[in-house]
Amino acid sequence: MLLGLVLPTSGTVQLLGEPMPKGARRVLPRVGALIEGPAHYGHLSGRANLALMDAAGPGGSRRTRTARIDTVLEQVGLAGVGRKPVKAYSLGMRQRLGLGAALLRRPELLVLDEPTNGLDPQGIHEIRDLLLELHRGGTTVFLSSHLLAEVEQLCSRVGVLDRGRLVLQDQLATLTAPTGATVVETPDPQRVRAALDGRVLELDAGSAVVRGADPAEVNAALVAAGVPVTGLKLQRPSLEEVVLAAASTSADRVDAPGERSRR
Amino acid sequence: MIAVELRKLFRRPRTWVTIALLNGLPVLVAVLLAVTDLAPRPGEGPAFLSAVLTNGTLYPLAALAIVLPLFLPIAVALIAGDSVAGEAQAGTLRYLLARPAGRTRLLVAKLVSILVFVLVTVVVVAVVGYLVGRLLFDVQPLGGTSVSGTDLSSTEIAWRTLLAVGYVAVSMLGVAAFALFFSTLTDSPLAAMLGALGILVASSLLFTLDAASSFAPYLPTRYWLAFVDLFREPILWRDVVRGLALQGVYVVVLLGAAWANFTTKDISS
Repeated sequence: MLLGLVLPTSGTVQLLGEPMPKGARRVLPRVGALIEGPAHYGHLSGRANLALMDAAGPGGSRRTRTARIDTVLEQVGLAGVGRKPVKAYSLGMRQRLGLGAALLRRPELLVLDEPTNGLDPQGIHEIRDLLLELHRGGTTVFLSSHLLAEVEQLCSRVGVLDRGRLVLQDQLATLTAPTGATVVETPDPQRVRAALDGRVLELDAGSAVVRGADPAEVNAALVAAGVPVTGLKLQRPSLEEVVLAAASTSADRVDAPGERSRR
Repeated sequence: MIAVELRKLFRRPRTWVTIALLNGLPVLVAVLLAVTDLAPRPGEGPAFLSAVLTNGTLYPLAALAIVLPLFLPIAVALIAGDSVAGEAQAGTLRYLLARPAGRTRLLVAKLVSILVFVLVTVVVVAVVGYLVGRLLFDVQPLGGTSVSGTDLSSTEIAWRTLLAVGYVAVSMLGVAAFALFFSTLTDSPLAAMLGALGILVASSLLFTLDAASSFAPYLPTRYWLAFVDLFREPILWRDVVRGLALQGVYVVVLLGAAWANFTTKDISS
């Protein structure tokens, strides 16, 4: 809907301040996108694919095309790929080429759907570095992903969708801010309860959660009571916990009618 | 955009393989005729085939008549059916539209590239037919015989052949319009192509059925072979004009439907 592929039945969409899909010709050349995985013409080389897509719409100057293609192929790590047709590419190479196509016109906004799909760990690291570098250069990166680790490493602002509705939107730092408790790792959690009576929030086999936002103070109290402490850290909700708390059931789960009301 | 579509079409090996295969049958028929000297009697077999043994310059028309009932429509339906549905299936359609290529512009560019393909195909069949005819059969330098039995000069045969090439191309536009319309309905290029061919097979079948005679004049394949009339003396324009008008109506209506469907469609593949 953002890119004018699906037309809204009601309501309006604005992209970079322009109404969509009416302003598509003005605004979409300023946007790069990777939608539901990369797609290319298999019988053409990566370079020919980029040139064709660039020529297919406004905003891609013919004079600078070759230079821009060279730059993005370098950026996504495909500089040496040559004239091989895309059908001979691996999934990771296609993903890189798709990302290159999105970067071709130095967009102000990058809309990426699972950009590291199909890449090996080194590739994921490379792409993450590239995206962070683009972000430092002033590009807004809009990322959608199921991989929460990826989101935690890349994003500054997070939104959670539940069955098509935005249920939560905030800074990542705010969402995962310390809860005001400290997690204590110890081989003997029962002694924590004895030492800090009334402050213990949770106990399990190897750790205890203690009220108090200052690990040093908690540590001092425990050491003074002779409790062995093997680890200490501020308690923060993980992004997974935030998402699970915000969204109800899995989007692809289909319950029988009546089942939902019991939840 | 049109240049982009043409580059896509003609840089694809499949396009050229299709055109090459299309020429295979007329060449084979010509070789068989030349070797055996057994032409069908006048009035039997594909049009013009009985005449080519005495005049090879008529072979382009025989070649068109050979590929017209089946091969040519298959080739056109293949390319036109693939035009939108093929991009949808490969996923490149969403990137083209997000580029943004503009839906109407994309459809027009697809249409023009199909038009060019139809023209190139028909012209290649005619040219290959001419070369084969010159090579394998006797050539009467002073012209040939019209279907009506009178003599035609070489120049007259030449411009009438050009007219015939144009007429066959227009007939194929009707096929292309069906396939393009189906191509905007489905994400499967195969379904679009078979849909268009299904219409043609149904049309040819109904044409032979007396019970369907009330709407026989409106069947898309009704006037396809009317290009033969261009070689009568004098030219019998009636069916040619009707054929052009009928194809025109089909093309306008189907393209309108294709446009209306494509510009309001959710692209979800």
